[in-house]
Amino acid sequence: MTSPPPPSSTLPPRLVLRDIRKVYPTVVANDGINLSVAPGEIHAVLGENGAGKSTLMKIIYGVTRPTSGEMQWEGQAVTVSSPAHARELGIGMVFQHFSLFETLTVVENVALALPGKPDLDELARRIEAVSQRYGLPVDPRRHVHALSVGERQRVEIVRCLLQNPRLLIMDEPTSVLTPQAVRKLFETLRQLAAEGCAILYISHKLDEIQELCHTATVLRGGRVTGHCKPAEETPESMARLMIGKDLPVCEHGSPTHTGEIRLRLAGLSHASADPFATDLRDIHLDVHAGEIVGIAGVSGNGQQELLRAISGEEVLAEKFPVQILGVEAGRLNPGQRRKLGMCFVPEERLGRGAVPTMSLADNAILTAAKTQGLVAGGFLSFSRARSFAERCINGFGVKCGGAAAPARSLSGGNLQKFIMGREILQSPRLLVCAQPTWGVDVGAAAFIRQALIDLRNRGCAVLVISEELDELFEICDRIAVIAKGRLSPLRPVAETTVEDIGVWMSGLWPGSELSTDSAAEVAHA
Amino acid sequence: MLRLEPRPEASRLMSYLSPLLAAVLTLMAGMAVFSMLGKDPVEGLRLFLLNPVKDLYGVSELLLKATPLMLCAIGLAVGFRANIWNIGAEGQFMLGTVGATGVALYFQESDSSLILPTMVFAGALAGAAWAAIPALLKTRFNANEILVSLMLVYVAQLFVSWLVFGPWKDPDGFNFPQTAMFGDHALLPVLVEGTRLHFGFLIALTALLAGYAFMNRSYTGFKMRVAGEAADAARYAGFSANRMIWIGLLTGGAAAGIAGMCEVAGPMGQLTDKVSLGYGFAAIIVAFVGRLNPVGILFASLLMALLYIGGEQVQQYMNLPSSISLVFQGLLLFFLLGSDVFIHYRLKFGRATA
Repeated sequence: MTSPPPPSSTLPPRLVLRDIRKVYPTVVANDGINLSVAPGEIHAVLGENGAGKSTLMKIIYGVTRPTSGEMQWEGQAVTVSSPAHARELGIGMVFQHFSLFETLTVVENVALALPGKPDLDELARRIEAVSQRYGLPVDPRRHVHALSVGERQRVEIVRCLLQNPRLLIMDEPTSVLTPQAVRKLFETLRQLAAEGCAILYISHKLDEIQELCHTATVLRGGRVTGHCKPAEETPESMARLMIGKDLPVCEHGSPTHTGEIRLRLAGLSHASADPFATDLRDIHLDVHAGEIVGIAGVSGNGQQELLRAISGEEVLAEKFPVQILGVEAGRLNPGQRRKLGMCFVPEERLGRGAVPTMSLADNAILTAAKTQGLVAGGFLSFSRARSFAERCINGFGVKCGGAAAPARSLSGGNLQKFIMGREILQSPRLLVCAQPTWGVDVGAAAFIRQALIDLRNRGCAVLVISEELDELFEICDRIAVIAKGRLSPLRPVAETTVEDIGVWMSGLWPGSELSTDSAAEVAHA
Repeated sequence: MLRLEPRPEASRLMSYLSPLLAAVLTLMAGMAVFSMLGKDPVEGLRLFLLNPVKDLYGVSELLLKATPLMLCAIGLAVGFRANIWNIGAEGQFMLGTVGATGVALYFQESDSSLILPTMVFAGALAGAAWAAIPALLKTRFNANEILVSLMLVYVAQLFVSWLVFGPWKDPDGFNFPQTAMFGDHALLPVLVEGTRLHFGFLIALTALLAGYAFMNRSYTGFKMRVAGEAADAARYAGFSANRMIWIGLLTGGAAAGIAGMCEVAGPMGQLTDKVSLGYGFAAIIVAFVGRLNPVGILFASLLMALLYIGGEQVQQYMNLPSSISLVFQGLLLFFLLGSDVFIHYRLKFGRATA
C-alpha cells in the first residue's frame, strides 16, 4: 500500500471551493466547505452516507447551486449553471448509478452526451482510441444491456474522457467492481493524473483511499472535519475523522453447532420474463440452522432474481427447487413462505421493505401481522402493532419520532435498522437478508452485523447476499459467489481469502461451467 | 414573480383544505358564469345553494339525491385506495337497477317482506357481476380496467334501453319506455312522512360506516392501502395483487348496484331508460372531493347533491339550461385537481434562490 508521489505543487489549483454552504428546507447539507484540488492530484472526499459528499459534487457539476460560497476554476470565479456548462469548463463526472440507455449501443450512448450530432463511425474510432490509450477495452458497437457492470462503468469513463476533462469526479466507483477490476481502474486513474487531470474520488472505503489518493478531505455532518495525506494516516485515524469515534468491531466467534437444513435450493433454474434480468441456472445451496451463509458477487449477476425466487415474490413453475424448513415451497407466495418461519429483508427499503407514507406501526403490520398476532378476527389491533413497533425501535436503537412517524421520515440507516428489527424480532427460523448494511453508517452497520451473528447463535439459519466482500468475511461461516446466474460451491470462510473470492466473482471457480473465452471476458470486467 | 416550490413533506392540512378551497373557487366561477349569462350572480347563487335547502322538504330532497352518490362513492373509494380505477360505476348502477327490477317484476303479486332484501341482494349481485368483467380481463389479460369499465357503461345503457323498450315494457304503459310500477312490497319505506326520503338513505349511511371499518380497521383494507401506496411492498409482504383487483372492483360494483336498487325501489318505483342522472360518474368526483374518506364522502355527496338540485332550481326560475349542473360538477373537479397541487407545492413570491 504505497501511495504514489504527490504531484508538483507549483501549478495553481484547478478547483478551489470557499465556504460552500447548501441549505435544504429541512437540513444543512454543506456548511462552510473549503477544498482545493491541484492538476494531477487525486483528491479523496471521504465521509459516511449523509455527510454531504453527493451534494458537494452536485454543486461542482452544476446539478444544484450553493446557497452561498465561492467556486474558482483555474483561478477564475465561476458559477456552474448546469452539467452542460460543467462539461464545457472541462469537468467530467462518473456517477455511482449509471446513466446509460440499455437498448442503445455504446457509441449511440456516447453520442447522446456530446453536443451537436456527431458522426457515429468517426466517434466509434475515437472511442476505440481512448479506450486503448487508457486500457479500458470497450466495443463501441455492442448494446449496453449486453455489457457487464464493469464494462458499463468503462463506457461512462470513456464518455467523460472523450471530452478531455481537466477534472474528473468519480462517485463511489468501486462499489460495483471485483477486487481485480478495482486494480485496473486505479491504474487508469493514476495514468490520467500523471497526464495532469485532477481527480475527485468519493468513497467511504479507507483502504482504497490510502492506496490511491494523494490528499483527502473528510466530511462529517456537512462540515469538513479534516484535511490529510492518506499515506501518512492509518485507517483508524481516518475513521476517527470520518465517524468521530473508533471503528466498532463485531464479535463473531465460531458457530456453536449447526443443525438441520433450513433452506435448500435443489437445482434452482429460472428464466426471467424481463430480457435485461439474469437467468438463474441450476443453483444448489444448503443453509443449516445456526450458520450464516454469504453470497458474494458483482451486482447484476442474479442476486435480485435469486432473492425473489427465495422470497416468493417470483413464484416458480415447480415446487422442489426451493425447500424451506423441509417444505417444497417453489409454488408458495411470500405470505405462505413466511408462515413456514422465514423472514426476509429486501435491498430496497423504501417502497418494498416499508411503505413510505405509512407509520412505523402500520409498517410493523406489513410482515408481522400473523406472527405477532396483530390481527384478530380480520381486524387490526393498533395497540399491539404500536407496541411491537416500539419494541423494534427500542431494541434496535432506531432514531425516529416514535411508532407514529411515517417510514419516509427516517434516514436510510434508521429505516434499515427498523426493518431488520421487525424481521429479527419475529424470531425467524430462517432469515434471508439482502445488503443488510447498504447505505448504513459505520456504527449502525456494526450493530446490524452483530444482530445477525446473535441471531445465528440462537440457532437461526441466516442467508446474507451482499456486494460488500469485507462484510461477508466479517460475519459469514460459509461463503459462495454468484456470477452470471450460477452459484459457486460453498467454502468455509476460514479456508478462503478475499483474493480467491475475488477471482470467483468473475465466474472462474473450480469446475465452473463457463467456457474459457466467456470467462476471459468477465475476468477483465 | 410567483413560483411553485416543492414542499419537503406533503401537507396534511392542505389535503383537507383543498376540497374547501375548490368549493369556494367553484362558487366564485359559478357567479362569473351567471353574470356572463346576463343573470344576477347573487340571486343565482341564492337559488342554487340556499333555495334548495330552505325547508324540511328541500333538505329531504337533498339527502335523497345524496343517497346514490354516497353509495357509489364509498364503493369506488375502496378500489381507488388500492389504485384500482373503476370508472364504470354508472354501468354497475344500471345493472343494479336491472337486477332489482327483475326481482320486483317477477314477484309483482307477492306481498312477502323478503322481496326488498332480495332486491338489495339482486342489485348488489348484478352490479358486482358487471364489475367482474373488468376484474377478470384485468387479472387474466392485464386489460386496462379504466377502459373496460368505462366502455361497459354504454353497453349497460343500451341493455337497459332494450329491456324497457322490449321485453320489460309495461303492457299498460301507453308504449312509454318504462316497466310497470312496482308493487307496494317492492318499494322502500319512506323515512319522513310527506317527503320522498326513503330507507335507502340509512343503507347509504351504513355503507359509509362499513366502508370506514373496512378501509381503516380491517386487515384486508390495510392490504389494499399498501397495494395502493407501494405495489412492491405489497408483493414483498405477500399480498395477492389479483385479490386486491377483485375486491376493489366487486365492492365498487356491488355498492353501485345497491345504489341502483335504491333508485328504482325508492323515488322512481319503476325502471325507465333514464334511470341514472350520471350518479356513477358524479360519484368519482365525490370520492375524490371526499379524499376517499367516508366522512369526507358524506359531505362531498351532500355538496354534489346540492349542485344537482340547484341546477334544477336555476333551470326553473332563471331559465338556464339544465346542463348548468354539469358545468358546476366540472368546475368542482377542475378546481380540486388544481388545489391539490398545493398539497405537494407551495406558492413563493420572488426569484428562485435554489
